[in-house]
Amino acid sequence: MEDVDGNAIGGLLHDVFGADMTMATGVCRTCATASLVAEFAVYRRAPGVVVRCPACSSVSMVMVRKRGMTCTDLTGLSDLR
Amino acid sequence: MEGTAVQRRLTWLAATVAEVTEETPRARTLSLAAPGWPGHRAGQHLEVRLTAEDGYQASREYSIASAPGEPVAITVERLDDGEVSPYLTGEIRVGDELEVRGPIGGYFVWEPADGGPLMLIAGGSGVVPLRAILRHRQRSGSAVPARLLYSSRTVDDVIYAAELGQPSAGQEVTLTLTRQQPPGWSGRRGRVDGAMLRETGWPAADGPIAYVCGPTSFVETVAAGLTGLGYPAERVKTERFGATGGP
Amino acid sequence: MSPVSRGFHRRGQPTAEADRVPPGQYVTTDFPVLSAGPTPRTALDAWTFSVDGAGVSRSWTWAEFRALPAETITTDIHCVTRWSKLDTNWEGVSVDTLLGAAGASGLGGYVLAHSDGGYTTNVPLADLTGGQAWIAFGYGGQPLAPEHGGPARLLVPHLYFWKSAKWVRRLQLLAHDEPGFWETYGYHIYGDPWKEQRYSGD
Repeated sequence: MEDVDGNAIGGLLHDVFGADMTMATGVCRTCATASLVAEFAVYRRAPGVVVRCPACSSVSMVMVRKRGMTCTDLTGLSDLR
Repeated sequence: MEGTAVQRRLTWLAATVAEVTEETPRARTLSLAAPGWPGHRAGQHLEVRLTAEDGYQASREYSIASAPGEPVAITVERLDDGEVSPYLTGEIRVGDELEVRGPIGGYFVWEPADGGPLMLIAGGSGVVPLRAILRHRQRSGSAVPARLLYSSRTVDDVIYAAELGQPSAGQEVTLTLTRQQPPGWSGRRGRVDGAMLRETGWPAADGPIAYVCGPTSFVETVAAGLTGLGYPAERVKTERFGATGGP
Repeated sequence: MSPVSRGFHRRGQPTAEADRVPPGQYVTTDFPVLSAGPTPRTALDAWTFSVDGAGVSRSWTWAEFRALPAETITTDIHCVTRWSKLDTNWEGVSVDTLLGAAGASGLGGYVLAHSDGGYTTNVPLADLTGGQAWIAFGYGGQPLAPEHGGPARLLVPHLYFWKSAKWVRRLQLLAHDEPGFWETYGYHIYGDPWKEQRYSGD
């Protein structure tokens, strides 16, 4: 199943961050490329949502829904604003 | 909506299905009555939430198919192994209740002030947000010229066929069918490639803005093709669909 | 209170094989493709499989791997995203065979499985032995498709299917239980579907 992009998870990101994040810029911790969240590759047919750098495919963010909470890991980004 | 608008909380609103339109054998447009809907920009999404009798809930995000000012509507394509799309394209009927929240998204959005000319390129159900953009363009009386290049498998898969068959002033629509063409088909055949983009698209010198939406491989091929024609990367906006929303 | 959407219900109606379906699962006849990243495309002439750690180190090329005795397996599989698929048919080399050839039989401890693309998952060694696990290269009588983990994946069907790592390349033997990809992000360290061990703390 193909990936989608950050446009597809606007609602989820709004739940996590309290704002529309599709226009935010994320900087990949692995390759330092800065991209709009809308342009990140999103794999959501999975036990969680995995967001990857569009330049190098490293994992940027992972969101897992467990027990009514969304647990978010952002360690793949060195910056997000 | 202005760029300086305050971020508002996304809250779920009760909505009912006001109208159901069968677009193709697999795709259906649901027009919703959603009191309190805050309005939206062309290209934005909304989220739908369904609640079963036992309290089980499922939610999915969809591109809004209607223009700002029109009743909010979504076009859903059935995924056979899906949980939500078979319900929205099958069982649901006028008067049924669901919840919506939105609008969501600020990237894949067009307003007349953004200018053009507009180059809209759709693969399959990726046509949905582009149709909202075209309707907004027409309703706002914008003079920005627009071209839509829309790739589908067969003529039965073309969503909004009647509407696109009668484009408004300043709007050109080119359909290409990749798998099968009916007898007497006068549109294009085959996948969108560099040659088709060159023949149907605005020259880069015109300064177009492109919006490309569809499956990932389609979007990547087309975006590369536009770059090859000299479109600057910042003038090419992309949205990758798995299908209309999720399963 | 959310309004009820008339006629909407969760997937998973009771089936005749209810005793084969762990709690919270529904049976599907599809084979959903789930993935956390792009599908790796390793050419067979570049592919190797290795077992290492605990004083052991052994590696096989594709030709060497395919020369090992293989078995056909029919089994039910259960994904933590709640779908179960019954009577799936696989072909693979038993992990017992590979560990035996590596001189790693009878060891205790844990395994961290490594896949192309960086995916990892952890399983106690005792859950990969005794005929419970395979490195599978065939599905449904065909070579395993890349989207389903081909050329070869780990198959350990008594645990949730995220433990059956697609595109597996290496089993690393460890004295401690090292959380893999999904385990790090909150999924259960062991993952027994019959105890519904989906998340850590379950």
